[in-house]
Amino acid sequence: MDASPQLPSPLEETQRSGLSLGLAVWLFSLLGLGGALYARWAWTPHSVTREGTSIQSLFDIILGIILVAFILVHLLLGYFVIRYRARGREAALYFPHHTALEVTYTAVPAAVLVALSVAGMVLWSRVHAPPPPDAFVVEVRGEQFGWSARYPGPDGKLGRVDNRIPAPFNVDPQDPASRDDVVSPQIYLVANRPNRVLLRTRDVQHSFWVPAFRLKKDLLPGATTELVFTPTQTGEFDLACAELCGVGHYTMAGKVRVVTQEEFDRWMRQQARRK
Amino acid sequence: MAAAAEAHVHVEHPHRESFWTRYVFSQDHKVIGLQYLLTSLFMALVGGALAMVFRTQLAWPQSGILKADQYLAAISMHGTIMVFFVLTPALLGGFANFLVPLKIGARDMAFPFVNMLSYWVFALSIVPLVASFFVPGGPLNAGWTAYPPLSALPQAAPGSGLGQTLWLVSIAIFCVSSLLGSLNYITTILVLRTRGMSLMRMPLTVWGIFVAAVLALLTFPVLMAAGILLLFDRLAGTSFFVPGGLVVGGQVIPHTGGNPLLWQHLFWFFGHPEVYIVILPPMGIVSDVIANFARKPVFGYPAMVASMLAIGILSFLVWGHHMFVSGMHPLLGTGFALTTLLIGVPSAVKTFNWLATLWRGKLYFSTAMLFAVGFVSLFVAGGLTGIHLGNAPVDIPLHDTYYVVGHFHLVMGTAAVLGIFAGIYFWFPKMFGRLLDERLGRIHFWLTLLGVYGTFFPMYYLGMAGMHRRIYDYRAFPYLAHLQPVQVFITLSAFLIFAGGLVLAYNMLRSLAAGRPADRNPWRGTTLEWSTESPPPHHNWPGEIPQVYRGPYEYSVPGAPQDYLPQWEPEPAGVRVGGH
Repeated sequence: MDASPQLPSPLEETQRSGLSLGLAVWLFSLLGLGGALYARWAWTPHSVTREGTSIQSLFDIILGIILVAFILVHLLLGYFVIRYRARGREAALYFPHHTALEVTYTAVPAAVLVALSVAGMVLWSRVHAPPPPDAFVVEVRGEQFGWSARYPGPDGKLGRVDNRIPAPFNVDPQDPASRDDVVSPQIYLVANRPNRVLLRTRDVQHSFWVPAFRLKKDLLPGATTELVFTPTQTGEFDLACAELCGVGHYTMAGKVRVVTQEEFDRWMRQQARRK
Repeated sequence: MAAAAEAHVHVEHPHRESFWTRYVFSQDHKVIGLQYLLTSLFMALVGGALAMVFRTQLAWPQSGILKADQYLAAISMHGTIMVFFVLTPALLGGFANFLVPLKIGARDMAFPFVNMLSYWVFALSIVPLVASFFVPGGPLNAGWTAYPPLSALPQAAPGSGLGQTLWLVSIAIFCVSSLLGSLNYITTILVLRTRGMSLMRMPLTVWGIFVAAVLALLTFPVLMAAGILLLFDRLAGTSFFVPGGLVVGGQVIPHTGGNPLLWQHLFWFFGHPEVYIVILPPMGIVSDVIANFARKPVFGYPAMVASMLAIGILSFLVWGHHMFVSGMHPLLGTGFALTTLLIGVPSAVKTFNWLATLWRGKLYFSTAMLFAVGFVSLFVAGGLTGIHLGNAPVDIPLHDTYYVVGHFHLVMGTAAVLGIFAGIYFWFPKMFGRLLDERLGRIHFWLTLLGVYGTFFPMYYLGMAGMHRRIYDYRAFPYLAHLQPVQVFITLSAFLIFAGGLVLAYNMLRSLAAGRPADRNPWRGTTLEWSTESPPPHHNWPGEIPQVYRGPYEYSVPGAPQDYLPQWEPEPAGVRVGGH
């Protein structure tokens, strides 16, 4: 069969210089590196929970590793593109495989990824450890489009809730455990002790996201989810809904107040008097 | 197998094809491929235009060019269109149809009629999708992931009315089309390869399409089932995904007993393999292009095939990483984190193999090559942050933030798009017998590359700052409000990408009419599609189907008379050829 080309190849007329591409690849990787370091330093919220701080440390370790890999690959990519442009009669190297090289660059990433994975598993199980019995308990409820909270009162128990009951927070007044429950638009947490935040939604999915805690959890219709963690600083922190929940999703901005035990007890007494 | 294909062509066809059977209801895989590709490119302009509008809203939220529900409709339709109506059909539709028979030495697909049907079912699926723009409440508001109950209850959002129903109908029809296509690719690749074309002599583009088609065959039915169950929940009063006791908009919802996590499991069981469905074929395309323009064999061909297979298998075992904070049992998180990080290994192998292919090559920077190198850069820039997101505890603060948006847009969105662009510049002469203009191509490339870097890299930074996804206006959050200049920068960069797309459209139209003519093998390539005329006739080769004598990437073989040894040429005297 005559399958030989009949026209001069456009290959011989294509651009030969890889200089601009190589420089762009280098510049991009350096800007990417600089931006990542700046965003980590200037824009990432400072963690104010014990668990969030551990998560942030693992994030930083991985960030270091991937930035090294990122820069390394782009240095090579840019260098090869600039250095090995087609020149005269010089032929390409016939180099279809090299077992030792291939085994190395399979084994090294595998070892790093398995190690990171183990570190992640350890931290993951710590973040999801069962809450201690003496944890501070608060229930946070999300609905289209706002947040509210319920505290168990002196009996330490949250009463039954049914969304169809026309009472504040839909709390069942027949349940004795609900009598001393305190319902409030204010979300309080107590510093320096384990907090157990029970999360419940009245309608669709929401997600409890406090950037400064470095923690987030979805509110799942039909179930109660929870976050257990220890805040390490008092103060007022921004709360957002991180799971698309409808037209007002972007308006679900709230505040979480982390206070001392004394401040919380004082507030609770005021609420009880008001009741 | 080849004998069957030969017998087929020896039957004399009365060549009285009308305009309709030749260009519209054609059973020629090449015409069907172009129908898919051109439809996808048109949809890319629609999906891209939506992005331009909502990016304008995000850069200048005070402008209010969109209302909140229109914003949600725009982002939801952008995601839907780009995943289902651009990336999937361009690759497992456009390139798969056009290239598979040409590259394996077949006269056509195994089932040409089913092939035609798959395109027209795909075209049909666009109708309800586009119609949803014109119904009360507009298109879906629930994001392309359509989580119920938001997507199940008409009370939950304006777009959760008829718009959501039409979306589900559209996706269900699309799944049928995808099944018809995948079956065809798998059968064709397994049965219709020409003499000498062993599996380990197939070009990597064919391997990528093969693995992607297997993934599509096994996962689209799951999405279809989920979509139909959700339709039942919406229209027939069932409760697969909606639990009891919900109150939406003051109304008590009558459903009881469903579980919204079930949808997430079903959706992501499809959704994660889908990511690989759209990235494996570009990985193949890029390998073909880099080998051709580096004049070197793809380094580590067996490892490239093995890593595609490994990615394909692992992709079924990672879906839970989309659900680390969903309320799924935490124990599952550990398993999914491990499989997710493992999938990084074959991805790393592929990257290093591309680098090793470039090393000491003889590089020609055609537009196709520029896009292929750009692909490698974006795949790395996007893939590495997967190590953050796949690590379950580290995902907790990053989940559903712009960190994720930046990650997947780079690694499977724009990387796949760059792979498609590389493929268009590379095979356009085979498709139409004319070359695309290289000068316009370079303009397209630079607009795209700078635009993509500028758009998606800063999204990582927004994600680190805590910016959550799918918000219409971020000014209520003080830690985000001060980053408005970053939003403006991102939007201006996104405009560059869209401008690049317009340059491509112009280039294609102009080159179709007046492009430089191309011969059979303008790029001096080695694989079978370059052995026939440009464009190839119906049934692909005027005479016999060529036989295959060697592996797909025999470039710069020492002692060979020229710097490429095509698969179809018998052994030249005195040259010992490596490979397979």
